[in-house]
Amino acid sequence: MNNPQLNKNGKLQHLLTTEGLPASILLKILDTAESFVGVTQRDIKKVPLLRGKAIFNLFFEPSTRTRTTFEIAAKRLSADIVNLNIAASSQSKGETMLDTVNNLSAMNADMFIVRHSQSGAAHLIARHVRPEIHVINAGDGRHAHPTQALLDMFTIRRYKRDFHNLRVAIVGDILHSRVARSQIHALTTLGVPEVRVISPKTLLPTKVERLGVHVYHDMEQGLKDVDVVLMLRLQNERMLGARLPSAEEYFKHYGLTQEKLALAKHDAIVMHPGPMNRGIEIDSAVADGKQSVILPQVTFGIAVRMAVMAILAGN
Amino acid sequence: MNLPDPEQLLAELTDKIRSDVTKDTVLVGIHTGGVWLAERLHKDLECTLPLGTLDVSFYRDDFHEIGLHPQVKPSNIPFEVEGRHIILIDDVLYTGRTIRAAINELFDYGRPASIRLAALVDRGAREMPIAANYIGADLVLPEDKMLALEQKDNRKLSLNLYNKISSE
Repeated sequence: MNNPQLNKNGKLQHLLTTEGLPASILLKILDTAESFVGVTQRDIKKVPLLRGKAIFNLFFEPSTRTRTTFEIAAKRLSADIVNLNIAASSQSKGETMLDTVNNLSAMNADMFIVRHSQSGAAHLIARHVRPEIHVINAGDGRHAHPTQALLDMFTIRRYKRDFHNLRVAIVGDILHSRVARSQIHALTTLGVPEVRVISPKTLLPTKVERLGVHVYHDMEQGLKDVDVVLMLRLQNERMLGARLPSAEEYFKHYGLTQEKLALAKHDAIVMHPGPMNRGIEIDSAVADGKQSVILPQVTFGIAVRMAVMAILAGN
Repeated sequence: MNLPDPEQLLAELTDKIRSDVTKDTVLVGIHTGGVWLAERLHKDLECTLPLGTLDVSFYRDDFHEIGLHPQVKPSNIPFEVEGRHIILIDDVLYTGRTIRAAINELFDYGRPASIRLAALVDRGAREMPIAANYIGADLVLPEDKMLALEQKDNRKLSLNLYNKISSE
C-alpha cells in the first residue's frame, strides 16, 4: 500500500501519523533522539545540522507547549523558524489554508509543522506541497499527534528499557484524543503485548477494540499490575456538556489518585501529555509524586522533535 | 594489497603518544573505530580522567547531500572541555572533514587549551588543512577504496579494504 508518509525509497518524507509506520522507522527516531538528549544538556545546546533551513510553525489551532517545543527544537538544530498564529492572521481575512501554504512555499519554506482542529489537515498539506518540502503533523482534530506519541515512547523506553514485556494503560477521554490514537498505534507497532484503555463508555470511540486494545470501564480493574499509566487531558473545550455529569464525578471515578495508582506495579510510571487539569483527571499528589515522569516527558519532547526534523530534512 | 597489522600499529601509536601524556590529558575517540582505539589507549596509557566519545553526525558537511547518518550514537564528553588538553583519536585520517567536524563539536562543549590528533593510519588525500600529531602508519591507497578498521568479538582489530560506496 502506498504510504503518503514515505518517499519512493521507503524513507520518511512527512510525519503525519504513527499509524502504518514500520517499527524500524519509529526506533530510528527514538535512537536518534538519544543523541540529541546529550546536545540539550550541554552549555551550547545547538548543532549546525539545519543551518539555512526555513521551518514554519503553522498553528491553525492555539497551542503553547507544542509550538514552543517545536520552536526550541528547530532553533537547537540551527534552523530559522517562523511562528504563524493563523487563527489571528490571514485566514480571518478569508485566505484558504492551501493559499497560506502556497505563499509560504513561495518564500522557500523547507518544512511545515501543522496544527489544525480538522482531522486530515496535515495530510492535505503534505499532498499539496512540492516534493522537497516536509510536513510534520503537530496534531489534527481527533486524528493523530505523532510527535507526542513518539516522545511518550521515548520516555517509556528510557524508564522501562524494553517494550516487549509491558502492560500499558491509557486513561481518560479516548474519544476526543488524537494523542491516544497515536499512542495506541506506536505501542502496538513497537511490540507492547498488552495495551489497555480505561474510559467511561461515553468517552470511548466505537469499535476501539479493533485497534488491538483491551477495554476497561473501571479504574481499579484497569490499573491492576500495569507498568505505565498514560493519562489523557479531559478536553473540556470539546466536551459541550452532554457526555459527563460533572468534573467532580469524573475525578471520583477516573481521576488518578495515589490510592488507585497503588494498584499498578510498585515501579509503574505516570505520564501526561499536558496541559494537566489537576483535580479532574489527575490528583496533584500523583502529578508531583515520585512515580510521575511528566516533566521528563517535556524535556525528551525537544530531543524527539529534533530527531524527527533532522531525519526528515535529510531524507 | 598487504595491509599492516593494526594491533602492531596501535602498539607503535601508543609509544608515540606516551611521553606527551600527563595526568591532565584527556582522550576523545571518534565513533566508531576511533572509540575502539581510544578505549585501548586509555587503558594502556593509564589515563586517569574519563574517556570521551564523539559522533560527528550532527556536524558533518555532507548532510545536505546524504542526509543523517543511519546510526547516530550519542556523544559523551564526561569532563569539562574548557582549558583542557585533548587528544582526538580516529582510525583513518583521509580528507580531514571528519576531524573538522569533531573540532567544531568539541568547541560546543567549551574552549579547550589544545587539541592534538592521533590516527592509526594516514592515507593522505587531504581536502582540509589538517595534520595529525601522532600516526601509526602512512598508506597510499587507490582512490576508489575505503579503508575500515573493524573489531572482532575478542576485541582484536583488523584493517580491511572495500570498494567505495560513499564518501568517507
